[in-house]
Amino acid sequence: MNHKFFPHTDEDIRSMLDKCGERSLDDLYKDVPSELVFKREYELPEAMSEVEIRRYFDELGTYNTQLTCFAGAGCYDHYAPAVVADIIRRSEFLTSYTPYQAEISQGTLQYIFEFQSMMTELTGMEVSNASMYDGATATAEAMMMAVANAKKRNKVLISDTVNPIVTRVVETYAKFHGVEVEHIAAKDGVTDRAEFERKIAQGDAAGVIVASPNFFGIVEDYTGWANLCHDNKALLIMNCVASTLGVLRSPAEWGADIAVGDGQSLGIPMNFGGPYVGFLCTSKKLIRKMPGRIVGATTDLDGKRTFVLTLQAREQHIRREKATSNICSNQSLMALYVTVYLSLMGKQGLREVNEMSYSGAHYLAEKLTETGHFHLTYPDKPFLNEFVINTDLDVQQIQEWTVDEDFQFGLRLDDHNILVCVTEMRSKAEIDALVESVKQYIEFINDQQD
Amino acid sequence: MNNVFYGKLIFELSREGRRGYSLPKNELASYSMTDMPNALLREQDPGLPEVDELTVVRHYTNMSNNNFGVDTGYYPLGSCTMKYNPKINEEIAVHRAFTGLHPLQDIDTVQGALEVYYKLQQSLATLAGMKEFTLNPYAGAHGELTGLMVMRSYHASRGDDKRTKVIVPDSAHGTNPASAAVCGLDVVVVKSRPDGTVDVDDLRPLLDDTIAGMMMTNPNTLGIFEHSIAEIAKLVHDCGGLMYYDGANLNPMLGKVRPGDIGFDIMHINLHKTFSTPHGGGGPGSGPVGVREGLEQFLPSPRVIRIDGDDDCYEYNIDFGKDSLGSISGFLGNFGVMMRAYTYILTLGRDQVKNVGPLATLNANYIKESLKDVYELPIEGVCKHEFVFDGLKDKSTGVTTLDVAKRLLDYGYHAPTIYFPLLFHEALMIEPTENESKETLDGFIDVMRKIAQEAKDDPEMVKSAPHTTPVRRLDDTKAALHPIVTYRELAAEQ
Repeated sequence: MNHKFFPHTDEDIRSMLDKCGERSLDDLYKDVPSELVFKREYELPEAMSEVEIRRYFDELGTYNTQLTCFAGAGCYDHYAPAVVADIIRRSEFLTSYTPYQAEISQGTLQYIFEFQSMMTELTGMEVSNASMYDGATATAEAMMMAVANAKKRNKVLISDTVNPIVTRVVETYAKFHGVEVEHIAAKDGVTDRAEFERKIAQGDAAGVIVASPNFFGIVEDYTGWANLCHDNKALLIMNCVASTLGVLRSPAEWGADIAVGDGQSLGIPMNFGGPYVGFLCTSKKLIRKMPGRIVGATTDLDGKRTFVLTLQAREQHIRREKATSNICSNQSLMALYVTVYLSLMGKQGLREVNEMSYSGAHYLAEKLTETGHFHLTYPDKPFLNEFVINTDLDVQQIQEWTVDEDFQFGLRLDDHNILVCVTEMRSKAEIDALVESVKQYIEFINDQQD
Repeated sequence: MNNVFYGKLIFELSREGRRGYSLPKNELASYSMTDMPNALLREQDPGLPEVDELTVVRHYTNMSNNNFGVDTGYYPLGSCTMKYNPKINEEIAVHRAFTGLHPLQDIDTVQGALEVYYKLQQSLATLAGMKEFTLNPYAGAHGELTGLMVMRSYHASRGDDKRTKVIVPDSAHGTNPASAAVCGLDVVVVKSRPDGTVDVDDLRPLLDDTIAGMMMTNPNTLGIFEHSIAEIAKLVHDCGGLMYYDGANLNPMLGKVRPGDIGFDIMHINLHKTFSTPHGGGGPGSGPVGVREGLEQFLPSPRVIRIDGDDDCYEYNIDFGKDSLGSISGFLGNFGVMMRAYTYILTLGRDQVKNVGPLATLNANYIKESLKDVYELPIEGVCKHEFVFDGLKDKSTGVTTLDVAKRLLDYGYHAPTIYFPLLFHEALMIEPTENESKETLDGFIDVMRKIAQEAKDDPEMVKSAPHTTPVRRLDDTKAALHPIVTYRELAAEQ
């Protein structure tokens, strides 16, 4: 065999086969009908040494370009302290399984308990699960939770200001789960309140899904929404950008029943889309309707405080087709990532991150406006670190121009609108350099027109 | 600090005014959040801990010492394929040319990342005998759900909307019926024969034009190869259904059998099992879904595709197909996990990958044969990567499977999977993986025999195990009857 992953010597294999009463490794497959055995070659390269693997990925890496990121839309370039990556590399965390054997899994169980505690502090809700795959699937799970809670209703309302990436996932789950998704239109960058009032008054919705901040970066005012939902026996589900929860009015303060979202903005690397971590928090009275793992405190035989997976009677391995969800794992290691991040940052660090992002975003919006070719698409609406800006220039061309100078200048929404994001990672010098690049493009266009 | 019995929570180490981070000075502080309407801001700060850096490092390091990973010791956890997680995988997964990429950044600037995604799709396709894969699903259960969505999309595309049921064996993983329910399908259970395989006679009468398909894992959860698979697949196909392969038990198939060659139409793979990516205490995993030719148009969006140009030139792009079932993930799945799995495949290469299945199977059979005189082996014969004992052979001592599992912890081993599958009362499911040496297996066998002896000599001691672990048996009932799930609740209680 002779490979670093296979320890057996020829002698080991011989003696082990003897113990099994078999003559060859092939004999161990004598129960497989021979016409089903694969006898050809896999279309794979030959084995690579570590030297060759490093060289291979170094070369592949040259086909990527590291851009100075001014894009958000569900993935944000935030700072993470060096400690975080170091802790999550510890193999006692990294190489362990789901903590079923609580006596030797207190490390995992305790950090999940801390994660749940921190997420409930951020959202203001009473309980949290152990984490979900990502923010989009967490929102879909909340949608199914609302429908299960309502029993006889199978309609959910969703605002058009929710990130379309999230809405797409919710609609896919809904289609197969037999849930009707009805949209509430956006008006001037926020959910159309009149349309919401009209649709909720029909009394047939199990839940309403809104976003804070919304897809356009706007912080919407949800005063009175929860009451209207509850008067009509619907749950209010709020999809949030986790890091903004450090300063923005929390889902609990808005009266939401379920708070969901992606935890990526809590310092998790962008990493081309994953792994991230979803969160789902709710009230204590809905805890038994919640999907996913939950860790609770208890005691051991000696009376010592310990932590354990609890309320498992909701889950697939006990309830099978009657479970609250099919989710089996959580995104445990990424929950640890967030837990260590929040331990280090605390409320003050999170506040500073949001202050700096706010400052940078508002400065960039102002500088772009000063060029005379840009104006805020929704000028009267409050935003934190992300905004939509309208331009009379060709959006595709200006993005290509700035990419050539290694900037990701926002994301194109349509021919005239760009969704731009600034986090604490962007220095004033970087923002100025982006604006300079945009100005050079404007000069170039003007020269061509002359 | 006594790190073995360390049990503080980070909140209990908090002192007002401490900090664990450093940020640059805000150069643009004149643009201030105080300009935001007050009604949109939090009334109360979140109760997050305030802790200095070293305290955080010691806290989590101490907690890690209360954990047990594959790097700590032997982990014969059945159905979970606790392989060694190679260090080169970890090194490549944090390669700086990949970790800083925004998932929506300009397509020309992420060609390297898309190539990894595309080549891993292709590698899985050749290993599994499928036409195409998507890597978007985040976990095995998520893959099952996605695969069932493909199944329903296929029937819907043919206007065949009577097919609302899916057949699941009684020995199946719990996620199978749960995924079916989330996907809006009704579950029909098919019984097992005494040898643990699907009872074909029980299956026949279940088949009609309301069946969307059947979910199976092969080898099944008892580690037995479903020898009637060709007949089962034919029966299901003849009634118009599709065959779904639950890839949880793919490991023994590597090098020997491809699901696509034995009648399966749709499948998922757990990269965190068969392809060596770490379990991370419960995630992140990855559950790629593969399909045979004719079903690829239904795979979820976005999809990574290759566009071939002239002179061997090609580029990668992202596609949202019109027949796609929709999106099941925010972006393109757990990319960091894919980097690890692809590294593992490259490390083995086309020849060594063929040894994975046979060596895993050898290890399982060796343990089974070495222990079957003291543990009850309900099904004789050759197993694949795992097998199930029905507790101790000598039942007179009152020592249960749970007790054996807990006693193993005292000896520095992780316990096997217990009380699954549900076909036996005292199921003890052992899966060794191909990475373990004969010395490790012999050490485990010795301890298992010793525990069997202890059960006779001192049953009370075994029943009260573990004795040497950081904490002792926990009160599960108390946790469930009176759930305390946050520090705030716990503090109020104390």
